[in-house]
Amino acid sequence: MQIFLPIAEVSVNAFTLLGIGGIVGVLSGMFGVGGGFLITPLLFFVGIPPAVAVATSANQIVASSVSGVLAHFKRKTVDLKMGFVLLGGGLVGSAIGIQIFNMLKAMGQVDLLVTLCYVVFLGIIGFLMLIESIRAIKRARGRPGGRPERKKHLWVHNLPLKMKFRASGLYISAIPPIAVGVMVGMLGAVMGVGGGFIMVPAMIYLLGMPTKVVIGTSLFQIIFTAGFTTLLHAYTNHTVDVLLAFLLLVGGVIGAQIGTQIGLKMKAEQLRILLALLVLAVCLKLGFDLLLPPKELYSLGT
Amino acid sequence: MMTRVFALLFGLLVLPGLGQAEQVVAALSQSRISITANFDGSEILIFGAVKRDQPTPQDDPLDVIITVAGPEKVETIRRKDRRFGIWINVEAQVIGHTPTFYTVTSTRELADILPPLTDSLWKITADKRILPGMRGLPAREALIRLRKADDLYRTREGAVTLSEDTLFQTSITLPSNIVEGGYTTRIFLLRGGEVIDSYSTTINVQKVGIERWLYSLAYQHALIYGVMALAIAGLFGWGASAAFRILRR
Repeated sequence: MQIFLPIAEVSVNAFTLLGIGGIVGVLSGMFGVGGGFLITPLLFFVGIPPAVAVATSANQIVASSVSGVLAHFKRKTVDLKMGFVLLGGGLVGSAIGIQIFNMLKAMGQVDLLVTLCYVVFLGIIGFLMLIESIRAIKRARGRPGGRPERKKHLWVHNLPLKMKFRASGLYISAIPPIAVGVMVGMLGAVMGVGGGFIMVPAMIYLLGMPTKVVIGTSLFQIIFTAGFTTLLHAYTNHTVDVLLAFLLLVGGVIGAQIGTQIGLKMKAEQLRILLALLVLAVCLKLGFDLLLPPKELYSLGT
Repeated sequence: MMTRVFALLFGLLVLPGLGQAEQVVAALSQSRISITANFDGSEILIFGAVKRDQPTPQDDPLDVIITVAGPEKVETIRRKDRRFGIWINVEAQVIGHTPTFYTVTSTRELADILPPLTDSLWKITADKRILPGMRGLPAREALIRLRKADDLYRTREGAVTLSEDTLFQTSITLPSNIVEGGYTTRIFLLRGGEVIDSYSTTINVQKVGIERWLYSLAYQHALIYGVMALAIAGLFGWGASAAFRILRR
């Protein structure tokens, strides 16, 4: 069933879009990631203009984060105070990101920027995850139950503006969380992702937050950054396609439930290796497109 | 300017002799096309007849050429080149008004029925119609090549059927990634390499219903549209988690 998307101005098969939403939903259910980093490139592949793909993904992320954060609120695994501090940085980051995006769009380099961001970040994250999970599997084979690591105090935590984060059990400077927020907000606006895949490791390794509050807090702040990004894209670029977002959502919600069931049946290390390989595959495909000489040197439009 | 003067001269000299002898009477199956949510391209039937007040001339065979041109648009065309080992856009050029869609359909091969001079005069083939002044420039050639590759510029020789030298008909398929606006349809009657009559009409293509509503909301009330998009996302997220909580019980 073909459906004409009013803002993207292309006719796409509705089931393809439901399928993309579904696949990404399955993955986000399995791995606990937002999946924005997969949706945007997949939308490129089916012919949605990049600017629309980026803006609409941000809208879709709002929905999946709301759905996720509600479960975390029930379990009381959201550090609201940390969330608001990250959010402060995040909003500033989004605003900067949108400016960069619009500037490069005018210069005709937006595809390059988005692709480069993807290649670099997916490459780094995928590689780190792969190494980490291979180590974890080796460790698990060696002796079960590794020694719990002690909480480290980095120099950045001793900067001024110290704050108490009760739910995370931290007493650190507010500057590193704000900086992380700005960084992730910027990436979100440019790449059309929530940034969970950067935010989560940053919170664990940089801020030293306990793992159990990390995902809930990250989701909480992503709702607002992604929401703000959606609003800015809709207002300045008119590139949010509600119909497209809706189809992705329907697929995503169903997929997430299936993914959760699959995730429960697999081992955490195996899951992480799979996710790492998937991330690297997307990265390589995008990277090769930049390196190989294109069939057509000219392109039309934005 | 020169071509216009020529056209005028041709009209004055040639048409009074032959012009009124054979005339096009044509109709379209649709004069407006609505883009709805399930729009997937559209086919228009163009048909007509040749009206005569004299017996059919026997000297040269009669031919029909039909062109459909979409709304015009100014385009930016970019060229990629290798910089620092990767392929990036290095050059942008703004190209003047070109139709977003152009198709030429004829009864026979254009080479046989349409001499270059007549073609230039009436701007019939894409080569004569699309920025003829820029012929040879790489950007113009690339534009035509890209549009051809997207099936937006087409030439279909022999797709017009002409029966008894009087009735003709063809069908034009408009693509699904269509642009809104007026589609100018021209019908040419040719004999012996000369256009003996022509007819022109417009097909209107417009978004309707929810498509129209969403599009104008997104552009005219962008803030409301953005808030609406967020509200839908928020409600959907909340609804999904609530629904599955009930299901799991």
